[in-house]
Amino acid sequence: MMGMKSDIKLIDDNGLRIDGRLPNQLRPIKMEVGVVKRANGSAYIEWGGNKIMAAVYGPREAYPKHVQESDRAIIRARYNMAAFSVDERKRPGPDRRSVELSKVISEALTSVVFVEKFPRTAIDVYIEVLQADAGTRVAGITAASLALAHAGIPMRDLVVGCAAGKVDGVVVLDLNKEEDNFGEADVPMAILPRTGEIALLQMDGDLTYDELTNAMEMAMDAAREIYKMEIETLKSAYRGDDNDN
Amino acid sequence: MTTKFSEGVVAESKRDYIKKLALQGTRIDGRGFDEVRPIKIKTGFIKRADGSALVELGDTKVLVGVKIEPGEPFPDTPNMGIMTTNVELVPLASPTFEPGPPSEEAIELARVVDRGIRESHAIDLEKLVIEEGEKVWVVFIDMHVLDYHGNLFDACGIAALTALNDAIVPAERFEVGEDFKLPMNHYPVPVTFAKIGEWIVADPNLDEESIAKARLTVTTSEEGKINAMQKGLFGTFTYEEVKKVINRSLSIGQKVREQILGGADGEEN
Repeated sequence: MMGMKSDIKLIDDNGLRIDGRLPNQLRPIKMEVGVVKRANGSAYIEWGGNKIMAAVYGPREAYPKHVQESDRAIIRARYNMAAFSVDERKRPGPDRRSVELSKVISEALTSVVFVEKFPRTAIDVYIEVLQADAGTRVAGITAASLALAHAGIPMRDLVVGCAAGKVDGVVVLDLNKEEDNFGEADVPMAILPRTGEIALLQMDGDLTYDELTNAMEMAMDAAREIYKMEIETLKSAYRGDDNDN
Repeated sequence: MTTKFSEGVVAESKRDYIKKLALQGTRIDGRGFDEVRPIKIKTGFIKRADGSALVELGDTKVLVGVKIEPGEPFPDTPNMGIMTTNVELVPLASPTFEPGPPSEEAIELARVVDRGIRESHAIDLEKLVIEEGEKVWVVFIDMHVLDYHGNLFDACGIAALTALNDAIVPAERFEVGEDFKLPMNHYPVPVTFAKIGEWIVADPNLDEESIAKARLTVTTSEEGKINAMQKGLFGTFTYEEVKKVINRSLSIGQKVREQILGGADGEEN
């Protein structure tokens, strides 16, 4: 979305995408909870080429003390990319992008957790991007939501992240790396599927009103699909299907 | 303590008062829901800058200085100039701002303004090449918040746009040709909304911002395209609300654009 021109054809003559997907098709998604034994709750997600781990610590007493809120818990999400997660090594530690993403993810998660049940505490949510392939913030918030649920933290709903955008003039769901680099727009969202509320919404690029609403509807439809996967993942963990949690 | 946008405690009575007014279709300062506070613009305010604008949005005040210098292009865009944005929430502007490295609020602000300008291709970066692959113009957009009374997103966005529109590329100073006006393609304007109870108001002032449940900024261009959005705070929006906000932003943005570009053309000093 940097306005780079490219000769790469992102949509072929049959209307298929560079990785063979239809415009409204998600990449393959795999989820698992209970991957960090030390944490109160944790989750791992593979979403296309993304590999992301999330862990929750808390509610625990918030430090330093001045960050405490007397009537609620504060949620501190930290989105962090590993140095080796992208083609060109990323300097470790927070950059401006990750500071912004941590902020909007924290706010989105706060909207769904019953924070008023835990005054003066902090719920720390650590999101580690181990391998990045576009859509890391939405995959990350999906993993974070699973980790919160796995930690037994009371929530109004699960959160589902999903993005849509535009490549080669076509509105498409869930952009991959090439599409993100050379596409015309990206609309990352986080949705509470039960009520359809939107907890995270960002957009960059160049879209008409119709394209934008089209993209948002596509992401919200896909969110319902991902929601089912989330619920199934949590259920199977407690049934003990595939791990000992 | 981390800097907070809101002043924190608005008396419960004020909260109730704002909501009661909303029920009657008005606001604490008497505005309509889509009415933006008065905008005052002084371009050319800083003579040392290559472009500048002092913008007042109601009582909120932001000064933007644009400096333009030769620099190396990014390897993947050898034939394009570079733009960078920065916001400083200086402690002079509010009792809740503190000195130190940029807060997450300042970073978010700068990045949202940046996205609007970058994604709309507001600056014609392709015309900012001095020597392809070697030397290009780097446009530094520095936003200094001077008085915080709510809605810094729009104040900063308007100030950045008018300062850019005022800017001259100082080629003579660097002995690379004649000075020329910074080439602009588009004029993106952000419009920010706050959700208070079930009401959604444009350009929230400090009182409104401090009780808002959710915030949504939509940046649109003169072509009626949407170039950037950013949702903030702990509440949510329904899809229907978002669609309405986008439409409102398109029409409010158009009005603001006419107003500020008219003002920027008729420079007063």
